[in-house]
Amino acid sequence: MITSPSPAEAGTGSGISIRSVCHEYRPARGRPVLALDNIDLEIRDREFVAILGPSGCGKSTLLYLLGGFMPLQQGGISVNGRDVTGPGPDRGIVFQHFALFPWKTVRQNVLYGLEKQGLPKEERERTARHFIDLVHLSGFEDSYPSQLSGGMKQRVAIARTLAINPDTLLMDEPFGALDAQTRNLMQEELLAIWNRTPTTVVFVTHDVREAVLLADRVVVMTARPGRVKEIIDTRFEGGMNAEIAKSREFLDRVDEIWDLVREEAIVADSARAG
Amino acid sequence: MGLIHTLWRFTPLLLLAALWEAVSRFGLVSEYALPPFTDVVAAFSRLADEGLWEHTAQSLYRGATGFVCAVVFGMLAGVMMAWYRPVHILINPLLRSLYPMPKSALIPLTIMWIGLGDTSKITLIFIGCLLPVVLSAFNAARGVDQVLIWSARSMGATEREVLWQVVVPAAMPEILSGIRIALALAFILLVSGELIIANNGIGYLIDLLGEGGDYAGMFAGVATISAVGFFADRGYVALTRRILAWRE
Repeated sequence: MITSPSPAEAGTGSGISIRSVCHEYRPARGRPVLALDNIDLEIRDREFVAILGPSGCGKSTLLYLLGGFMPLQQGGISVNGRDVTGPGPDRGIVFQHFALFPWKTVRQNVLYGLEKQGLPKEERERTARHFIDLVHLSGFEDSYPSQLSGGMKQRVAIARTLAINPDTLLMDEPFGALDAQTRNLMQEELLAIWNRTPTTVVFVTHDVREAVLLADRVVVMTARPGRVKEIIDTRFEGGMNAEIAKSREFLDRVDEIWDLVREEAIVADSARAG
Repeated sequence: MGLIHTLWRFTPLLLLAALWEAVSRFGLVSEYALPPFTDVVAAFSRLADEGLWEHTAQSLYRGATGFVCAVVFGMLAGVMMAWYRPVHILINPLLRSLYPMPKSALIPLTIMWIGLGDTSKITLIFIGCLLPVVLSAFNAARGVDQVLIWSARSMGATEREVLWQVVVPAAMPEILSGIRIALALAFILLVSGELIIANNGIGYLIDLLGEGGDYAGMFAGVATISAVGFFADRGYVALTRRILAWRE
């Protein structure tokens, strides 16, 4: 069940290939901080991978490198056979704090990316309506983000990202800022959307249950500097559903991964204290 | 409700006017230092037929031109400074040297360089108003949340589109409060410029009436420009609310 990290190999065809990636933060003052240390990871096309680790382990950094938001310092990243050199609409991203444009309404937020795709107006409007509907926000098209709850804002962010039809979905603790009930609902909805139209998803989280629930594989990272500690297969026979999420097997898997994460969380915590 | 509420709000002002009338009429304060309120009202209606509006219009033209130029140029400069390093290197030293200078000290200089006409006053107002606009635009544009920019880029926006469609609107609340400061400064510089030397304008009129001993008229002039300033600010605040309606 537990597989060791796959060795570095050249990116081929579809999926995501992360090869020997290191990343160092160089603050204006003080010593440079190594955030990622030699990360190797292969993600298959349409695979849902969760990246799990204590805070400060560099999991968000890895996601930003995948998004092309920061220059790659060392190693290589390719997505669907193409090297990542900058941001692009083939990789949609959802941030923890939504990152909606507060001066745009729900509809205008969803339309923004579609306008950049150069679709005809009619089609843009239709697509926006479809995705607003998909995340159950019909009736709120003309609301501004400031008028929405946290969960609703994150639905808008998800609709906005799905609307541009990215091959890869990058999610940076997307439900981390939501209350427990809203989070559960959003997890179910994301799973339902993904089951209907599977895309490659890289989902960063520090919530073990969330990772096991959503992902096909969970990548556990070490405390800073972030390395791949273990990769665990978390697929269940018959796919994920509410029944399986209550089963013994599911809970055991969560426990098993939590033990791995706990060691790293303790290291991370004492590093902060020191 | 509306009318009564409005009356209530103006009660302190009405009381002040009554007190003003009383202290002046009963000789508690010299009529030269404070002409009675009713005299000032009478002077106002007399001046209204004797060119008060022409002088006010002349002042407004100067103020508005300098202010609008400062807003347009200041926003552009501030945002560009935040976005393009060379622009920052070029403009920042100029701003830093201009910042601590009392802008009214430039009045004699602008007159010496540009002359007595409109242009010297417009230039003075432009320079004075520029600073709060540039600084607020620069700080606001620099402080725009990184994830907003990343979001736009990942949806396919170019660098230039990010600047105009994300950075500028995100910076707008802070820019608008900088512009409000500039608006108040515009009135200060306008009147001080005209008081020192001018051929027309409300500041010139105030100075002229005061020199001629028409203190009630002088008060009427002061009241006029104060009222214009007050309504300009109220109007600006209302406009800001409309632009930032999404914040509610």
